[in-house]
Amino acid sequence: MPAAARNGQRRLALDQLRRLPEFLIIWVPLLLSAGHLIAFALWTIWVSFTPSTLVPVSGWVGLRNYTAMMATRNWQIAFDNLLLFGCGFVLLSVLTGLGLAILLDQRIRGENVLRSIFLYPLAVSFVVTGTVWSWLLNPGIGIQKLVNGLGWTSFRFDWLIDREMAIWTIVIAAVWQSSGFAMALFLAGLRSVDADLIKAAQIDGAGPVRMYRRVILPALWPITVTVVVIQLQFAITTFDLVRALTGGGPGIATQLPALVVYDFMFQRGLLARGAAAAVLMLLILLAVLLPYAAWRYLQRRQSAHA
Amino acid sequence: MREASFTPSRVLIYFVVSLIAAAYLVPLLVVVLNSLRTAEEIAQTSMIGWPKQWAWGNYAIAWGEFCIAQTCAGIRPYMLNSALVSIPATIISTLLGSVAGYAVSLWRFPGDRWIYGVVTLGIFLPQQMRLLPWTIVLRDLNLTNTLTGLVLIHTIQGLSFTTLFCRNYYIAIPQELIRAARIDGAGFYRIFWRIVLPLSPPILIVTVIWQFTHIWNEFLYGVTFTSGQQQPVTAALIALSASVADIPQHGVQSAAVMIAALPTLLVYLFGGRYFVRGLTAGAVK
Repeated sequence: MPAAARNGQRRLALDQLRRLPEFLIIWVPLLLSAGHLIAFALWTIWVSFTPSTLVPVSGWVGLRNYTAMMATRNWQIAFDNLLLFGCGFVLLSVLTGLGLAILLDQRIRGENVLRSIFLYPLAVSFVVTGTVWSWLLNPGIGIQKLVNGLGWTSFRFDWLIDREMAIWTIVIAAVWQSSGFAMALFLAGLRSVDADLIKAAQIDGAGPVRMYRRVILPALWPITVTVVVIQLQFAITTFDLVRALTGGGPGIATQLPALVVYDFMFQRGLLARGAAAAVLMLLILLAVLLPYAAWRYLQRRQSAHA
Repeated sequence: MREASFTPSRVLIYFVVSLIAAAYLVPLLVVVLNSLRTAEEIAQTSMIGWPKQWAWGNYAIAWGEFCIAQTCAGIRPYMLNSALVSIPATIISTLLGSVAGYAVSLWRFPGDRWIYGVVTLGIFLPQQMRLLPWTIVLRDLNLTNTLTGLVLIHTIQGLSFTTLFCRNYYIAIPQELIRAARIDGAGFYRIFWRIVLPLSPPILIVTVIWQFTHIWNEFLYGVTFTSGQQQPVTAALIALSASVADIPQHGVQSAAVMIAALPTLLVYLFGGRYFVRGLTAGAVK
């Protein structure tokens, strides 16, 4: 009996050894991914509470980095810009996307070609988008110069060099780049509106306008929430587009939080301040994502009960 | 409401839609046309115009001769860098994500749910929260300012998306199929090779296109962790704009922008359907 048990144990050990590669290929990538997320996030949070400048050092300064960061003009401008940019960009991109989706949903010819045209900006990098729009919006060589050259010499379109208006150039480029994404999601939503509902409304004699207002648009609001959240997530983390389009200028007029993080971490060598700005960014993001996650959870539970 | 005849309202719809489509195409058209105009011509008029004489030479200059920072080798070395980062990182992260997605959706093992949950958090965690730690990790691994370092970053970070895509696709494969195969004695790899992988091409195409587009277009890590000749093409474009700030070369710059954008535009042109599927799959997490 003991011999058999030992034998069994050895077979078990051998079996486990044979399963080791499979065990590794399952766990190593997953643990690397999950581990780096948790460790990196915690480490950045830790740095934000230390007095680190050029290199990370230990020590504890409490919330000093946060209060100092929030007192800088850079952060205040970045935060105000984020509000303007976030609202303007999300609103315009949702409206454009919804409008395009409704237009494309009218059984028009060439829908595929048109859809591809509205979506192609998404395949291009923000650096390319920003560079191209920086030319178009540059009053010296872009749209203003063209219109001036055509004879309308008093025409002005110089938002790019106007401190007050420069942030709106980023809105324009961002809407151009990602309203197609909103369109794709809305179009999928429009196509999945219950056909019976539409038929019933038609029998009731509802015209197209009434149909959209009373039947179709109300059915789209869950998708609208998703689109808004994704676009907000993009707005909060925007970096490349601004670097390529305005470089954060004129002056620091188009700063956004992601640029402040980079500036403090790698250009001024104030690691702890930069880390604090990164954590603030994360908090802003969580203020959007956590309510959304809770809403999604409730929705799922409701549909599970129904 | 959905008649197909040409009533005035339908003509209006076509008109509006075509107008907006034209507006979306303007930036592309402007860059293409400018890439074929001489700097003098652009300076005399504006960025928006039809070439008077076709300056095909812009492309050759942008590709192999133009000076970016202190080096005068055009955009070619940076295109190569981007390819050497994007292609390996795309392949490795897709393969690992496929196996991981299979493991968490069909193979099931203790702890699969929580670890999958944590992995997908990577979709939301901003890059700014990982910049400093990556700096340290790359320094300790001696990979600062190397393409290998960027491959490592993009592979590990890409796992969040690739695992999510594959897992959501594999979850639709019936568990009975796997159970039956296990009763027949098939192990982890056999099931993957024989059952899961043959069903995978659609999701693998979506994942590869998604990863390639994102890594090719990525800028922040490229500009933070590499410098000079090691930079990917997105960072090189910014450096190019900075180095010609005094004497703009808009024709050559436009050609450089076109070259840099071409790989992902081609991917979109030929795999648009899969590209859009990736976008919407990433959205409905």
